[in-house]
Amino acid sequence: MADTLLSLQGLTKIYPGVIANDDVTFDIGRGEIHALLGENGAGKSTLVKMIYGLNAPDKGQMLLDGAPYKPSKPSEARQAGIAMVFQHFSLFDALDVAENVALGMETPPPMSDLARQIREVSETYGLPLDPSRTVGTLSAGERQRVEIIRCLLQNPRLLIMDEPTSVLTPQEVEILFETLRKLKSEGTSILYISHKLEEIRALCDTATILRLGKKVATCTPAETSARQLAEMMVGASFATPEAKRGKTGEVLLAVNELSLPAPGAFGTPLREVSFEVRAGEVLGIGGVAGNGQDELLAALSGERMAPAGSIVLEGKDISRAGPVARRDLGVLSGPEERLGHAAAPDMSLIENGVLTAARREGMLKNGFISWGKARQFAEEVIGHFDVRTPGPGTAARALSGGNLQKFVVGREILQGPRVLVLNQPTWGVDAAAAAFIRQSILDVAAKGGAVVVISQDLDELMEVSDRFGALNEGRLSPTRPVASLDIEQIGLMMGGAHDMEVAHVDD
Amino acid sequence: MIRLEKRPQPSKLWTYLTPVLAVLLTMLVGGVLFAFLGANPVEAIRTIFWDPLFNAQFAGFTRPQLLVKAGPLILIAIGLSIGFRAGIWNIGAEGQYIMGAICGAAAGLAFYPSESFLIFPLMIVAGALGGWAWAMIPAILKTKFGTNEILVSLMLVYVAENILGSVATGLLRNPEGRGFPGSRNFKQWDAAHNSDLIANTGMHWGVVFAFIAVIGAYVLLTRHVLGFNIRLTGEAPRAARFSGVNPARIILICLGLSGALAGMAGLFEVTGPAGQVSIDFGSGYGFTAIIVAFLGRLNPIGILLAGLLMALTYIGGELAQLMLGLPGASIQLFQGMLLFFLLAMDVFTNFRLRIGKREAA
Repeated sequence: MADTLLSLQGLTKIYPGVIANDDVTFDIGRGEIHALLGENGAGKSTLVKMIYGLNAPDKGQMLLDGAPYKPSKPSEARQAGIAMVFQHFSLFDALDVAENVALGMETPPPMSDLARQIREVSETYGLPLDPSRTVGTLSAGERQRVEIIRCLLQNPRLLIMDEPTSVLTPQEVEILFETLRKLKSEGTSILYISHKLEEIRALCDTATILRLGKKVATCTPAETSARQLAEMMVGASFATPEAKRGKTGEVLLAVNELSLPAPGAFGTPLREVSFEVRAGEVLGIGGVAGNGQDELLAALSGERMAPAGSIVLEGKDISRAGPVARRDLGVLSGPEERLGHAAAPDMSLIENGVLTAARREGMLKNGFISWGKARQFAEEVIGHFDVRTPGPGTAARALSGGNLQKFVVGREILQGPRVLVLNQPTWGVDAAAAAFIRQSILDVAAKGGAVVVISQDLDELMEVSDRFGALNEGRLSPTRPVASLDIEQIGLMMGGAHDMEVAHVDD
Repeated sequence: MIRLEKRPQPSKLWTYLTPVLAVLLTMLVGGVLFAFLGANPVEAIRTIFWDPLFNAQFAGFTRPQLLVKAGPLILIAIGLSIGFRAGIWNIGAEGQYIMGAICGAAAGLAFYPSESFLIFPLMIVAGALGGWAWAMIPAILKTKFGTNEILVSLMLVYVAENILGSVATGLLRNPEGRGFPGSRNFKQWDAAHNSDLIANTGMHWGVVFAFIAVIGAYVLLTRHVLGFNIRLTGEAPRAARFSGVNPARIILICLGLSGALAGMAGLFEVTGPAGQVSIDFGSGYGFTAIIVAFLGRLNPIGILLAGLLMALTYIGGELAQLMLGLPGASIQLFQGMLLFFLLAMDVFTNFRLRIGKREAA
């Protein structure tokens, strides 16, 4: 076993009421890109946290180079040569790249040395990054590079990457893959967590699949079809969404040259955004995170008022109407951030149902809430969208991300929207649930509703959309029928402009 | 090693257990404190918590005091708790209480010596309006200019105290008072006197309004969409905006409501137990009510109980000063301890204690 870097043996982790990892055993070889594949709640995060020293296993052991490896905190893991790039970046917007990197180090070198090191590493690995730029001005892809470079400066032997491509353009994904391949060729092992099957098939040498905390299989992804991988992951074959396209009808929602100033120092202004959505149609809006997605959703949901005449529903100007009035007219929306925006973390699912559905579902009588009806509605959402929860009285924050996502999307869909606006509807949701949510989106359209799906998952947008547009720095590209597009064109629409070379120009 | 581990959701048990434990800990540590002051701790605790209610010798006098003290505390705390639920921190209830008393008293005195039955209702309305207007200052500054309501409302307490001093010696001074500061005594003016509704129970109109406020707040917070929006604003401001709640409206409502209730409490006090507008009218009810609101878990029923408990420590404290010669400051310390332990114990609502090494978790 000379070529094994890290060996996991019978790792078990039990949380109250749930076995997060059950006797997981596999080896990560030297210079291997090893995929860790599994649905939400399959135990990927728990496993990785044990490797990175954030959690200790209840049973089992890890061997690093054949010697027992028991990190009790992340700094010990880092000393042992294990680094991790998290899905959610821990960067300070107001600081520059070098300062952010220094913050993550135990003994940071002087700033000038560090900037030089960052430049060296970024050139060696083809990760263009200017150490003196303020992080707040970076795209998601560039932020990720900061995190990666922070790890690479420690010369890791094993690099753990948690869902790294979820925020990248196709071009940025290519750059990342090149970097990972280069690292591999130098003997660095990579543990690559993802649920994007095609990526894993293109990049990874070996894949370990987890389901409900147990290892299902270790296989060679290149020799396994995406469908097979997905079925191992989900445990049963799932239905891919089926477009039941009727004829599209009248224009329901028209947005005319909508411009809004940025909401804060690091927000994005909307610049002359125009589009139309017809009854029975799904408009997909792509783009890299931070290019005005949140701002567009806030303008459409009514959280921020828009200039008069810029948002028109069936001929009626709703630009100056608040969220309540828009909901009454059938414009429903689901923001990206589940906890704290789409749902109140400490409130129960029943109360979170009231949050948006109170008036449309007839829960109010003279301003008094009928909790019976509210409970009934929450139970309906839970039942219909297969939300895994002990009951409707559970606090939103006690749900896993995917389950809460099902709840907040289901809450809007069950209200029978005329126009439905969703931002990242399946973010962090497992494959089966994502397929179900997408099908529900298509059903809304089939029933004559108009749907706007804002997403960073291109596969998803291609699957559900009739037309596609991309946001780039607050501007929306002209929308075009999906059937006429290929992935290359889409990448360009999304902003090939976000590649470093071009980004430097507008500094 | 002892560690705190975040609970997946707040513990229901601990939510109710923490106030009880806080009271017990306060008794324990307070007992130690009293022992250092040379008093018998058991006797001191008994004097504070038991004697005011059950001592054969003076319970007859102290028992009605319970409602007299608890009434304004509960009335003010209910208003504060509604704001606290929305994350709006009105710390200046004491000022609103004083302004309510001044405005209500002034409205009544303008008609002296009329015996119309409309005088007292008019005074209640004027008192509520006075407190409301005083609370509108931080509310409007906050909504228009984003000022911090904690600082503004707190500073306005001192402004109110100065106004009180001024009117007690000037504008509202009793013309027949031979130059002594202080207004006419409402106890001697039937139309304006807030007397005991049932003799020797301490049950005056303020207590009735406090009970109504408890019920009203309970219904508002658990059944009405406005109460839901208030809670939502406190729990998740962004979700509230997404839901369609207008934050400025919530600020105006919450500060206005708490100001109005504090103003009413002031009016009931000035026309009843206090009897007149005097320089030392401000007695700290507005500040103690903050403790009451938190001790009662910002829950109307909890506040009712907490108000009674706090009133008990007031009366028992006075008794302890009298009987055991304990310094007044030690009683205030005792009350402060209650809030301190409550907040400290509160950690366990959201966290659980883990004893042992990391691996065990």
